[in-house]
Amino acid sequence: MRSCTGKCFLELEVNGRTVSVAAKPSDTLLHVLREKLGLTGAKPGCENGDCGACTVLVDGMPVKSCLMLAAEAVGHAVTTVEGLKDAPIQTAFVEQWGFQCGYCTSGFLMVCHALALHHPDADDALIETWLQSNLCRCTGYAEIRAAVKSILADGPRRA
Amino acid sequence: MNTQLGVSVKRKEARDKVTGAAKYTADLSQTPLLHVRILASTQAHALLLGVDAAAASAMPGVRAVVTGTDAGQLLCGGILRDMPPLARDRVRYFGEPVALVVAEEAQQAMAAAAAIQVRYSPLSPVTTIEEALVPDPVLVHENLGSYQRMEADIYPRPGTNLFHAVKVRKGDMERGWALSDETVEGTFHLPQSDHAAMETRAVRCSISPGGVIDITTASQSPFEVRELISRYFDVPQGMVAVHVPLVGGAFGGKAAVQLEVLAVLASRAVDGACVSLVNSREQDMATSPCHMGMRAELKLGARRTGEITAARMVFHLNAGAYADISPKLAKAVAVDCSGPYRFPNIDCDSFGVYTNAPYATSYRGFGHAELFFCLERMMDKLADALGMDPFELRAVNALKEGDLTATQVKATRSNMGDLVCCLDRLKSLINWSEGARIQEPGGLIRAKGMACLCKTSDTPTDASAAATVSFLPDGTVALNCAAVEIGPGIRTAMAQILAETLRMDVGRVYVNMEVDTQTAPYYWKTVASMTTYMMGRAVRAAALDARRQLLALGAVAMRCPEEDLEVENERVYLKADPLMFAAFRDLATGYKYGNGNAVGGPVIGRGSYVMDHLTLLDKDTGKGKAGRSWTLGAQAVEVEYDPAQHTYRLLKAATVLDAGKVLNPKTARGVVMGGMSMGLGLATREEFVQAPGGVEGATSFRTYKMLRIGEEPEYLVDFVETPQVDAPFGARGIAEHGVIGMPAALANAVAKAAGVDIEELPVTPELIWRKKGRP
Repeated sequence: MRSCTGKCFLELEVNGRTVSVAAKPSDTLLHVLREKLGLTGAKPGCENGDCGACTVLVDGMPVKSCLMLAAEAVGHAVTTVEGLKDAPIQTAFVEQWGFQCGYCTSGFLMVCHALALHHPDADDALIETWLQSNLCRCTGYAEIRAAVKSILADGPRRA
Repeated sequence: MNTQLGVSVKRKEARDKVTGAAKYTADLSQTPLLHVRILASTQAHALLLGVDAAAASAMPGVRAVVTGTDAGQLLCGGILRDMPPLARDRVRYFGEPVALVVAEEAQQAMAAAAAIQVRYSPLSPVTTIEEALVPDPVLVHENLGSYQRMEADIYPRPGTNLFHAVKVRKGDMERGWALSDETVEGTFHLPQSDHAAMETRAVRCSISPGGVIDITTASQSPFEVRELISRYFDVPQGMVAVHVPLVGGAFGGKAAVQLEVLAVLASRAVDGACVSLVNSREQDMATSPCHMGMRAELKLGARRTGEITAARMVFHLNAGAYADISPKLAKAVAVDCSGPYRFPNIDCDSFGVYTNAPYATSYRGFGHAELFFCLERMMDKLADALGMDPFELRAVNALKEGDLTATQVKATRSNMGDLVCCLDRLKSLINWSEGARIQEPGGLIRAKGMACLCKTSDTPTDASAAATVSFLPDGTVALNCAAVEIGPGIRTAMAQILAETLRMDVGRVYVNMEVDTQTAPYYWKTVASMTTYMMGRAVRAAALDARRQLLALGAVAMRCPEEDLEVENERVYLKADPLMFAAFRDLATGYKYGNGNAVGGPVIGRGSYVMDHLTLLDKDTGKGKAGRSWTLGAQAVEVEYDPAQHTYRLLKAATVLDAGKVLNPKTARGVVMGGMSMGLGLATREEFVQAPGGVEGATSFRTYKMLRIGEEPEYLVDFVETPQVDAPFGARGIAEHGVIGMPAALANAVAKAAGVDIEELPVTPELIWRKKGRP
């Protein structure tokens, strides 16, 4: 059990590096990533857990960073979109026109990336279960669906 | 050189957008930075008796509290100046900005805003169009007659809640009704809703000691921000610098100028320090402008053969508390009130109406999704009454070359496109011939509905655009234009137009993603699906201007007449011997002879375009030209309806647009599908819900429902290409049109499936159940 009041130093593991940040106990992980570490790929879209634009990976699982305190991330591996290095899903989003304005893209990329890691044989139902956590207002989701399918084990099954 | 058009060029900023490197307004690093929080009204209509900020001002980190009185007598509005930036004397909608707190940290600003004491004396709110129109109504604006009108053709009616009226009178209504064998009527209700761009509106502002107001904002209208801030704060336009980086979706909602004014007030209160104002999602929905609602009454008369002889239409737009762009929305609805059809006799009135609801601004489709919901439901009702096929009824009435539109503009193939061709394509795409209502085994019903659409630009008659083309010493090209990248890949499309005109590889054309009003040439705004046309013309003109200069310099360098030369592949070459050439890199900054002498100088191409031949509408008849052309099309939706639950599933949605020329197929398809998705959102679930007293009830994504993956239909998209002769390479605007016919097509499908009349949105199971339940 950790306890602190006022600002304290947190050691976080972000994108494979250990960083030390001064944060308040009430600071969300999203806030610390963006404002303290300059990792603005994760976006605030609702700060209420509804839109998924702030999704990052914590120990490989997608988490809405607006719903997690930075203090809770201590001892866990955080991966942001900036930590993806030429992941297949990034190229797939470009190839399949998986975005327009790009604001929701980081969040979708992180969910899709994790889905492919954990369920490389995901079917439509599982894809939908995972991706319904996130909202996109520009596309009609067809391109995002095509992008994630193109990186799953047996490739695209529906155009 | 292969063509750079009609090919799916990846958007220029693609890599940045999949790596987190793409920067939007709130991503930019800035130190020091103060944070602004809006205190919003908790009342829909109330007298504002007092705002006590004493306690808030003393809270930790608070640097300033700004209230309505700090803005003096300032009233804002691009068309009608009816809106105080912060409420004074009274509040007119739930969510209206009442005060601003500027603090060192965002949480401190939020805490202090909550500590401001506001005393309201509640007034009866006007929550519906019906309430706004009763005799002797509660007035949302008691001083309507005193507001400054920024344009000549706006007609407020003091003593009422009507701030604008547009009339369309065409033909002879008595004769029209006399010729009709069948009439149908409908009364339609559409709710207000939200743009819901994933990036909430955000702005940064600082004021330099020299007085330059520096604004970075998520806006579709950087030059209008400049103009209005200059006007409101009485500073020269050159002292207002507006920057717009990438914008995270806009859909018309970021065309309005609101937060920028608040940010200037906030920065002014802290001696010009840089302030950041980022809407929370809740305030983006409740405080910033929304998508209008509508009430409409329509009556159509037709011959037995289907030809429509008379149309009477009254539209009341629920614009909420302030006029903003709504006078133009009222006009746009009136201008296209007869759709892509030949209605010989029309009597149409379109009104902008104040209510105590969030104020409306432009929204993808600019009033047309609402108009076409009403019109295309009426067409289906008429088809039913006449026992005609819905496709057939539309084809019978389609505008033909030489026919007059509602405002008496002559239709041509170039300005209108080919509706009948779109209808034919749509019919096979959606497999209409299998039947529009099919009983499935197990009791489910599969049904299809369709709708037509069209839209013209409704720009100011003098809307304009400009661009410059310059060359890098390596022979590559840089494009400078103020089209904002809000998502549809417009800056990539501009690069394609430039590359095609210079016959070079689009990969060698550079276009940055930020717009800066201090350096980019003027552009009206990135709205109305008009950037392909207006900015496209300016870019093409700039490219042709550069080409002329390259040919002239090439002629000097190669000692031959210009007419012997051609431009391609970054070379000016001799037509008779293409291996004799001067490369762009040898001409771009001036040509140097062997002995060191130089001629020419950096090549800069300049291009401008201003709308031509547009007119204001006649006050009494509406006669006039509101746009250069239309984009038309037809859409269909297929649903699977469960008669036991009154629920339905979206199976397919289809769109055929006459795009003139498809510049970038994958991008075009994506933009159309996105529009369809948004239209299906309006059709099936999206609405603002006001609790009694006018309190907004759906201000988060938990209560305001949008389509999520898995709920989308299979999308079928196709294009017809009837060139618009005056457009760049024939291309029409297509960015909004996917949304327009979707609500009507969905409602027509559900009406057919459930056997009910549908005259309101969204089409929820509850609505169907209520309709079914009625005797």
